[in-house]
Amino acid sequence: MAESQTASPAVLVSGAITASPGFLLRRRIIGEVMRALLFLAGSVSVLTTIGILYVLISESAVFFAHVPLKEFLTDTMWTPLFADPHFGILPLVTATLLVSGVALMVAIPLGTVLALYLSEFAPPRLREMAKPVLELLAGVPTVVYGYFALLFVTPLLQKIIPGLSGFNMLSAGLVMGVMIIPYVVSLSEDAMRAVPDSLREGAFALGFSRLRTALRVVLPAALSGITAAYILSMSRAVGETMVVAIAAGQNPNFTFDLREGAATMTAYIVQVSLGDVPHGSLAYQTIFAVGMALFVITLVFNMLGFALRRRFREVY
Amino acid sequence: MNGASRPASEGTIARVVHRARRSDLLFAGLGVVVLVIALAILFALIGDLFIRGAERLSWDFFMNFPSRRPERAGILSAWVGTVYVMIATAAVAIPIGVAAGVYLEEYAGKNWLSDVIEINITNLAGVPSIIYGLLALGLFVYGFGMGETIKVAGLVLGLLILPIIIVSTREGLRSVPQQQREAAVALGADKWQVTWGYVLPAARPTILTGIIVGLSRAIGETAPIITIGALTFIAFLPDPPITGHFPFISFAWLDSPFTVLPIQMFNWVSRPQAAFHVNAAAAGIVLLGLTLAMNGLAIWIRARLRRR
Repeated sequence: MAESQTASPAVLVSGAITASPGFLLRRRIIGEVMRALLFLAGSVSVLTTIGILYVLISESAVFFAHVPLKEFLTDTMWTPLFADPHFGILPLVTATLLVSGVALMVAIPLGTVLALYLSEFAPPRLREMAKPVLELLAGVPTVVYGYFALLFVTPLLQKIIPGLSGFNMLSAGLVMGVMIIPYVVSLSEDAMRAVPDSLREGAFALGFSRLRTALRVVLPAALSGITAAYILSMSRAVGETMVVAIAAGQNPNFTFDLREGAATMTAYIVQVSLGDVPHGSLAYQTIFAVGMALFVITLVFNMLGFALRRRFREVY
Repeated sequence: MNGASRPASEGTIARVVHRARRSDLLFAGLGVVVLVIALAILFALIGDLFIRGAERLSWDFFMNFPSRRPERAGILSAWVGTVYVMIATAAVAIPIGVAAGVYLEEYAGKNWLSDVIEINITNLAGVPSIIYGLLALGLFVYGFGMGETIKVAGLVLGLLILPIIIVSTREGLRSVPQQQREAAVALGADKWQVTWGYVLPAARPTILTGIIVGLSRAIGETAPIITIGALTFIAFLPDPPITGHFPFISFAWLDSPFTVLPIQMFNWVSRPQAAFHVNAAAAGIVLLGLTLAMNGLAIWIRARLRRR
C-alpha cells in the first residue's frame, strides 16, 4: 500500500489528504507488534496449564519413585510426617468426598429450588434483586466461611448433636454447601432460561400449571445443563480449601462418621505448607502427589461438566 | 363434545385449576423461603462477625503489628501486605487478561490454536486455587528461585483471576456493535487502531466490572498464598515504593516477604485462645467489607450499564 502511493502520487485526486509512507509503515509495524503481543497474552493460559502439569508430574514422579502407586491407592493410613510413615491417600479422599457430599446435599436441593423459582416463578424485579444477593454470598472470602463454620455453626450444632467434636466434617460440609449454592443457582438457571418459551407455551396450552410446566417440561429439557451445574459444583466442593482446613481439622482420619474431624486433600496441603518442610524431602513431594490426585479428580469433573453444558446448548 | 357433559366438566376444571393454583403458590412460597434462608445465613455471618469483632476495630488495630498478646495485636502488616499484593496482582492480571481477551475476540482466527486456548481458559477457571499455589511453589519459588515474596503472590493470584478478566473482556468486546468497527475502518483506521481507539473504550465498563470482581476474589484468596509460604507473623513492612531520593520509585517491595489479611485471619482462627478469635472476627469485618464493597461496586456498574 505504501509503495503504490509513493509510486503514483499524480493519480490521487487533487486536494485529497494522503497518509505519508512513514506513517503507514509505522502503523503497520505497530499493528504487527500488537498482534504478536496479544497472541503472547492469549498463550499465557496455555503456558499456565503446561506449568501446572510440569510441576505436578515432575514432583510426584519423585514421590512415586519412593512410594509404590499401589500403596498410595490402597493403604488406609496417611502419616507421611511420622517416624513410621504410611502413604495411603484413602483417608484424605474419603474425607474430601464426605464433606463434599454434605455440601452437595445442601446446595443441590436448595440451589435447584431457588433456580426453578427464579427462572419460572419470580417476578422480574425480585429476580433482579435476588441475583446480587447471591453474588454477595459467592463473594464472601472462603476464610470467613471457615471462621463461620468453626465458631458459629459448630457450637450451634453441638447443642443439638451429642458427641460432635470441635472439628467436624458436618459443619464444614454444611457451610460449604451454603457457599456453593450461588454456583448451582446461576449455572442451572442459565440452563433453564435457555429452554425456549415455545415449550412452556405448549405446556400452558395443554392446561399445565406453572409448577407442572417447571417440573415436567423445563426441568427435563434443561437436564443436561442442570447436571453439568451439579458436577461443576462437585468439582468446586472437592477443591475448596479454607472451610475444610479450618472447620474439619487437619488430622488424617479414616472414618465415615461426620461428627468427627478429618483432613481433606486440600487441608493436608495447607497443613504441610504451614509447617517448615524442607524443600526436596519426601514430605514436600507428598503435597504434589496429593495435588496431582486432586487435579485429576477435578479435571474429570470439569470436562464432564463442560461436555454436558455443550450438549444442552446444542439441542436448541 | 355435547352440551350435556359441560356443567360437570366445568366443576372439574374449577377444581383442577384451584389445585394447580395452590401448588403453584406453595412452590413459589418454597422458593421465597429458600431465598430468605440464604439471606438469613448471610446476615448471621455478618452479624456474628460484628457482634464479636466490632469492639476491636480501632485505630490501634489497624496500626499495630501482630503480637503474642491478643489485645495488642493488629493488622498493620496484613493490610499493607494486601495492598502490595493487590498492586502486583493487578499489574499481572489486567494487561495480560485484557490483551488475551482482545486477541481471542478480535484477532484469533477459527483454527485449532484458538480452540486450544479457548478450552484451556475454560478448564483453568475450574482448577482449584490450591493447585495454583502448588504451581507457584514448584515453579516460581523453587524453579525460578524467586523466593516467598510479594512478586510470587502477585504472579499466582494474577494467573488465578486471569480467566475472570478474559471472559469479561470478551463479553464487553462482543457487545460493541459491528457498525462501530466498520465506521472506524471506513475512516481509514487499521485493525489495531479500531481496537485501541474505538472498541476497547466502548467496552471499558464491562471490562472494569470483570477486573473488580477478579481483584475482589484475589483479596479473599488464602489457599495459594499459604502454599507459597506466606508468613503468619510479620512485624515489619515491605520497603516503600516511593523513596526520598532519585529515582524516587523503588521496586524492592516486590522481593519482600509478606502476609495478607486472609492469612492473618486464618492464623487467628486456628489458635485455641478465644481472645484471638475476637481478633479474627475483626479482621474478618475488614476483609468482608473490602470484598463486599468491591462486589457492590461491580454490581452497581453493571446495573448502570444495563439501564443505558
